[in-house]
Amino acid sequence: MTTAALADPPAAASGLLFEGSEWTFPLMRKAYEAVEDIALNDLGLSVFPNQIEVISAEQMLDAYASVGMPLMYSHWSFGKRFVRDEMLYRKGYQALAYEIVINSNPCISYYMEENTMAMQTLVLAHAAFGHNHFFKNNYLFQHWTDPGGILDYLDFAKHYVADCEARHGAQEVESVLDAAHALMGQGIFRYRRAAKLKLGEYERRRQERLATEAREYSDLWRTVPGAHRAKAQTLSESEATERKRRLRLPEENLLYFLEKNSPILADWQRELVRIVRNTAQYFYPQRQTKLMNEGCATFVHYYIANRLYDKGLITEGALLEILHSHSNVVYQLDFDDSRYSSLNPYALGFAMMQDIQRICVAPTDEDREWFPDIAGHDDWRAVLRDVWANYRDESFVRQFLSPHLMRKFKLFLMADREGEPSYRIDAIHDAEGYRRVRSALADSYTVGAGEPDIEVADVDLLGNRELVLRHNVRNGVKLAESGREATLKHIRRLWGYDVRLDEVAAGAP
Amino acid sequence: MPQLIDRRLNPRDKSLGNRQKFLRRTKAQIREAVDRAVRERGIADASKGGAVSIPSDGIREPQFGLSDRGGSRERVFPGNKEFVSGDRIKRPDGGGGGGAGRDGADSGGGEDDFTFALSESEFLDILFDDLELPDLVKAALKDETSTQFRRAGYSADGVTPNLNVLRTMRTSLGRRIALGRPRRMEIDQLEAELAELRELEFDVGNLNRQAEIFMELEKLRRTQRLIPFIDPIDVRYNRFTPTPVPRARAVMFCLMDVSASMGEREKDLAKRFFILLHLFLKRKYERVELVFIRHTHEASEVDEETFFHGRETGGTMVSSALARMIEVGKARYSPQEWNIYCAQASDGDNSSGDTAHCLELLREAILPMVQYYAYIEIAEPPRDEPFSPFLYGRDLWRGYAELAAQASNFAMKRVSDRAGVYPVFRELFAKARGERAAS
Repeated sequence: MTTAALADPPAAASGLLFEGSEWTFPLMRKAYEAVEDIALNDLGLSVFPNQIEVISAEQMLDAYASVGMPLMYSHWSFGKRFVRDEMLYRKGYQALAYEIVINSNPCISYYMEENTMAMQTLVLAHAAFGHNHFFKNNYLFQHWTDPGGILDYLDFAKHYVADCEARHGAQEVESVLDAAHALMGQGIFRYRRAAKLKLGEYERRRQERLATEAREYSDLWRTVPGAHRAKAQTLSESEATERKRRLRLPEENLLYFLEKNSPILADWQRELVRIVRNTAQYFYPQRQTKLMNEGCATFVHYYIANRLYDKGLITEGALLEILHSHSNVVYQLDFDDSRYSSLNPYALGFAMMQDIQRICVAPTDEDREWFPDIAGHDDWRAVLRDVWANYRDESFVRQFLSPHLMRKFKLFLMADREGEPSYRIDAIHDAEGYRRVRSALADSYTVGAGEPDIEVADVDLLGNRELVLRHNVRNGVKLAESGREATLKHIRRLWGYDVRLDEVAAGAP
Repeated sequence: MPQLIDRRLNPRDKSLGNRQKFLRRTKAQIREAVDRAVRERGIADASKGGAVSIPSDGIREPQFGLSDRGGSRERVFPGNKEFVSGDRIKRPDGGGGGGAGRDGADSGGGEDDFTFALSESEFLDILFDDLELPDLVKAALKDETSTQFRRAGYSADGVTPNLNVLRTMRTSLGRRIALGRPRRMEIDQLEAELAELRELEFDVGNLNRQAEIFMELEKLRRTQRLIPFIDPIDVRYNRFTPTPVPRARAVMFCLMDVSASMGEREKDLAKRFFILLHLFLKRKYERVELVFIRHTHEASEVDEETFFHGRETGGTMVSSALARMIEVGKARYSPQEWNIYCAQASDGDNSSGDTAHCLELLREAILPMVQYYAYIEIAEPPRDEPFSPFLYGRDLWRGYAELAAQASNFAMKRVSDRAGVYPVFRELFAKARGERAAS
């Protein structure tokens, strides 16, 4: 980063974008143009068209409650979130975000009216260009989400849910949504990539699907009393295999399985389950790229703010205000601080982006050894753009976390092994430890590292219809007791028959 | 170019629906919390909304999660101070088989109560849920003093903010059709034809046709100029007319014995009851007036401050207060215009022979004019004496019990401690008022 930023006074003080702290729409437009110029022509970003909306604190709370989306179907849990956030905010326990940005096309971002003009400039660079570029270019978002259709889809979902409430009663709808929400974590295709959903032409597809499903469904579930029952009890192994093959078991996406195969759900209930599943899937890339996404946006706003100052477009006061807020955001607490909870994605993400820039511009011998591909690369902008497009948190850390940064963050790896009486420091930020620390950190960003791996293992459709789930236990970590029974109860409600959950060491048959 | 949108003026309360769903779902727990809050709070903020806590059981959103105990795990932390690889660190206490590291502090939560803020009106809604004002018939009495603006069709004049675009366009369209204003399409067609003809080779027929079209075009254009697209006479505004709005009003008489036997404790209990009644009436009526009448052996109308805190000594003659109330009622609150409620609080003492007079006054004059008459006796804290007056009732209580059996708008209850005030209030006004005889 340009370290000269603070040293040189701006050349032309008259060309300032703004001077006071009050923001106005014309000023924001002017600032947007200046930010856009640097983002597109200097950094070479490519973004969706921006839609910039200024909102009040109360509207920000509304947005919080509906998981940041401008519209959402209605459910009591969003109300619960709202009353809690409202309480925290009003009592001053929790400040609100400066902005919220939505992965849609056009890219909608919300800005708090309380922000000063300097802050508006910062968040414009952060959200309207940093996040926006990441949403548009990262491969996960390109593969998994349909930014052009998401708002239409949510609109459809909202009306569909309201319609169901009117037709089948709010209670009925609520019980299906409750159950589906409980399985949101297991309602995702993690590895198999589903055909990208064209959310826009949704209604037509739905009609078609209903027709096909009606046929397959009745065929699959035709139960002939007597003969078949006897046969079911003597199912041979090959029949079991055949059955699993037909149902495509094992299936990691529980919501998908229940939606397609539950014997008791009515069409509208299946549709509700699908809505929850699609929503969960939409947010899946965001969960896999939190570190990178924030790192990218933070890097972009930091670079742009400094460039604006270099070009004499903002005052030193405005730059200092921006940097003050910036350094609050990227502050990393030490592990022994009582407020520590985890690595700050803003801090680590931003540091890694800057580090990549440093490796390109001023590599050390160590960097040349570790990163032969990018050390001394003549275009750091292109390197960063490539990183932003083609990695997710896990692969990003595995590939680009440098020894330099590990030393700077003083990272160490602590292991807690079953059967051992104490924790062990396995590796620290030294020559022997770099690879070990880096790989362990990358693992912790793996998809679902902190989540149980649960799949549908088997179901006996002709017998007692018991659904068998399997938790693939990794490293001996079992399911938490809290919520386990209640969640199973929700699955029973969707499946209609008994549900069993086995915990099996991963890899076991 | 970005689109800048000011959303701040959008309708508020987008989350209202979800919020109500949440409140409905947790109604039972919230009700309990509200009841508790009323019992614990001081008089002044009994009605304020504010934080309530409910057990988080009913509103948990269960999910599968990994246990934080058992198994093997690895975690990377920042900020190493003195560790080198191979160091051993003692497990924190109680971390039998896990808890990844020293950050155990953040994993304890989850069992706490869920705390959130209710607005004042939500608070009162829940507080008075299921309660009903007895005999609301006269609530329909009108006091036509207030006016409200209501939508009332359209008008040809008004201010710009009230402009109704749809109506305006509709009238404009009608006028344009009626006056035969040429449409854009016709002119375009002619112009196209003219241009085409000009391209062609010169001949007389062609020229004549061109002249014809030219004339026609001129005419159309002139008409178009003369008949504007939107004329001032097309413009329509939403009309609002002031409408008188009926307002129901009520008066609440608070009667209290302030003789020496009524101490601070007794007055406090009585006050709590009066406050609840006042809040309740305020929800049903837009205007509620209060009349405070205190009595010893004689009664006087006083202001609130004196009512609760003034000191007075003397004997006890309940009928004096009743007589006073009749007087005030006759002078200022005609039953034809007012909904009259009366709440009487007393420790139950009365001079001998006066109770009969009270009953007479009540039966003859008061009960016919009031909507509802509630009597609460402030009892002493229960004791274990076998023949305490608490069990058999004081003089006044016995007399009133007779009356309560006959009159449907008369109710009585006994309160002996703070926590009991609200339940008693609920009982008095509960929707199903099957038996309202003395308990």
